[in-house]
Amino acid sequence: MRRWQGAAFVGMVLAVGHAGAQTFRYASTGDVLTLDPHSADEALSNSFKNNVHEGLVRFDENLNPEPALAVSWKNVDPVTWRFQLRKGVTFHDGTPFTADDVVFSFARQSSKNSVMASHVSTIRTVRKIDDYTVEYVTKGPDPILLRNLTEHFIVSRKWCEQHATTEPVAGLKDETYATRHENGTGPFQVIERVPDTRTVLVPYPKWWDLPNRKYGITRAEFRPIANAATRLAALISGEVDLAYPIAPQDVPRVDGQKGFRVAKTSELRVLFLGMDQWRDESLDMPGSKKNPFKDVRVRRAVYQAIDEQAIHSKVMRGLAAPTGLIIPQGTEGYDPALRDRYPYDPAASRKLLAEAGYPDGFPVTLDCPNDRYINDEAICQSLVPMLARVGIKVTLNAQTKSKHFDKILRPSNNNTSLYLLGFSPETADAMATFVPVMTMTLEGSGAWNGGRYSNPQVEKLVAQIRVEMNPEKRRKLMSEVLRIHKEDFGHIPLHEQLVMWGVREGVEVKPDPRDRVQLRFVKMRQ
Amino acid sequence: MIAGLLTRLLQGVGVMLVVGLLAFAVSTKLGDPVNNMLGPNATIEEREAMTHELGLDQPFLLQYWRYLGRVLHGRLGVSYRLGIPVEELLAERLPASVELSGVAMLLTLLLGVPLGIYTALHRRSVLSKLVLGASLTGLSLPTFLVGLLLIFFFSVQLRWLPSSGRGQVVAIGPWTTGLLTLSGLRSLLLPSITLALFSLALLLRLVRGELLDVLHSDHIRFARARGLPDRAIHFRHALKNALLPVITVAALQLGNLLAFAVVTETVFQWPGMGLLFLQAVQFADVPVISTYLLLAAVTFVLINLAVDVSYRVLDPRVRSSRAGS
Repeated sequence: MRRWQGAAFVGMVLAVGHAGAQTFRYASTGDVLTLDPHSADEALSNSFKNNVHEGLVRFDENLNPEPALAVSWKNVDPVTWRFQLRKGVTFHDGTPFTADDVVFSFARQSSKNSVMASHVSTIRTVRKIDDYTVEYVTKGPDPILLRNLTEHFIVSRKWCEQHATTEPVAGLKDETYATRHENGTGPFQVIERVPDTRTVLVPYPKWWDLPNRKYGITRAEFRPIANAATRLAALISGEVDLAYPIAPQDVPRVDGQKGFRVAKTSELRVLFLGMDQWRDESLDMPGSKKNPFKDVRVRRAVYQAIDEQAIHSKVMRGLAAPTGLIIPQGTEGYDPALRDRYPYDPAASRKLLAEAGYPDGFPVTLDCPNDRYINDEAICQSLVPMLARVGIKVTLNAQTKSKHFDKILRPSNNNTSLYLLGFSPETADAMATFVPVMTMTLEGSGAWNGGRYSNPQVEKLVAQIRVEMNPEKRRKLMSEVLRIHKEDFGHIPLHEQLVMWGVREGVEVKPDPRDRVQLRFVKMRQ
Repeated sequence: MIAGLLTRLLQGVGVMLVVGLLAFAVSTKLGDPVNNMLGPNATIEEREAMTHELGLDQPFLLQYWRYLGRVLHGRLGVSYRLGIPVEELLAERLPASVELSGVAMLLTLLLGVPLGIYTALHRRSVLSKLVLGASLTGLSLPTFLVGLLLIFFFSVQLRWLPSSGRGQVVAIGPWTTGLLTLSGLRSLLLPSITLALFSLALLLRLVRGELLDVLHSDHIRFARARGLPDRAIHFRHALKNALLPVITVAALQLGNLLAFAVVTETVFQWPGMGLLFLQAVQFADVPVISTYLLLAAVTFVLINLAVDVSYRVLDPRVRSSRAGS
């Protein structure tokens, strides 16, 4: 209750400060799962973290790392990074931010219960030098440390100790104070939180970057609205100022409505097909002792049997960007020279299948989610007749995402021959895709490699990239990986889907490639 | 009477055990919560560790046994999705659900019974035909469509009523109510109409049918022959006899409204238990799903018990037959 009064006071002060309060109301499919930045690694929760919490480094609007809670850094040696911390920063409760909080936050984020530990897994230790200097020591040379630090969130040591929440919660542990309360350093602070109903924020009046602020709102309200039609109705009836995502079939409805538009950009995510290249006998051909996907000609045949242009125009209604690369544009390491897709060519496909010993095709089950990506099930449905045309008999297995991922990502017994996946390298660096999707033998690899694609050359190069500190050399090596993987038909990239935000006139936002609404970039006209 | 009640209660416990097993079996087959919980950046080792911690790598019967043990000790678990204890979550959502289904039930009774009586007594009037036609629509239109149509007209076109949410609520102790604020009442209107439509149509037609049946029975003819006024015949003699099955159905409808408002709550983003349940299903949030199903079973067992008791009070035949047995 007292917290509430304080918040109301802050609200009043702000209302006086800016004539005409500008409340920005926005809605998406679900709620932020927790306010604890170390207790959930999930799309919507991640999209919210940067509004209230910050790291030493943050991304600018073009996903380039820039100083946040650190003002500068330098490499003392290849594994030691020295950060100068920003002075005069305070947490939302007024506590000053110092090196102790950084050391504490690293311990908290890397603890056993933290689901955000993977973002700091390359760090061996964090040392305090003085109140405003810290040293990060990495396990090996780490070229993407800065990018990972954008997801390394700083919390107040004093506040966490005071509220007995020095460890994040995971699994069967009870909630802690940090589940519903926050104390970050970020541009906005939460003044009301009703899970699954609404979260209300106001600008933090003592934010360190206030003088350069780009936002123009005095209050923000986030509401989950699960049903797409209701969400659209809430936008068009003026109950929210921004609703996302907007389905491709609803785009004309919004654009056709006076005073509304859909803001689009291509998402930092590629949808692709993966194939089981590990089993000696395909799950769909018991007794045959054969797994067609082990043959690169078969993988190529499947690729060339797919008419991505048709998927793009019919299923996606032109709202996608077809690609031949497994990593999306805007990613460090992206090579535009490799983007072109191999041509759609069913005749060549049939010939390849015959050469590989499958003149009459073969049966296969296509695993597909039906509630995860834009039109995911429809994409898979369109693949069935395309592959049938070259003789491959596809049984479609479309199911809800929990079941889909359970089937294709089982750690010890992944269970799929052919599957659809959409993967986003969230740190906007190619390695975020290379390691989990395209390798099996490195530390941390294989978590999203349902077909166990593994090429010794790729594995070797990726291990090299991991410790290569020279950006130019690194890009070259990445390009090489992409080329090998493409010629290997390791996966079959389809397209980058679009980020689509429905906004009303007067709201100025630039849609974000990671589909994150960042309040510090939102402007509103009356 | 007490023996009868005890038997009923014992049967209720049996039902609960079976539902518990089913609920648990269903919710463990919904998919893998681990991937949802850990997110895209977890390594294979982290996923295996979490699977082990949740006991998901144990045999099914062992998992059920442990679950039963926890429930009997009053520990319903922590939501995989929100990291909040299940009982706390349900307690937070209960007021929204109870208010929505309460208002829907009120609409059902206040409109369903009078309209049923009217259409039975004035079979040929235009109004009766209109009401019956509308009730047929109410029975056959799927709930989500009704909800979306209402949203389209009243929120998008006319902009009279909000399309989603519960509006401003007032906290009274642990209970939150939307009945005391204008925005709360406005928010309640569309979802409660949507939710009530089916049960309203059902009840209306049931009251009409039963009443028509009774009006043709011997004791009514006898009453008419005695020259009793219509009013007395209709309301004192006929209605009393017609209402018995109506009570059963109305009570079961109350159970339905309470437990299965899932669709309505989802369409209107109504923060009740139904919405919580649907989100839990999508996330494979096992503790929430199984507890919710158990709670639904308890609700129905209790409602059936209440119906039984009310029969004994209202129908002398039931009382005497049980007393004799």
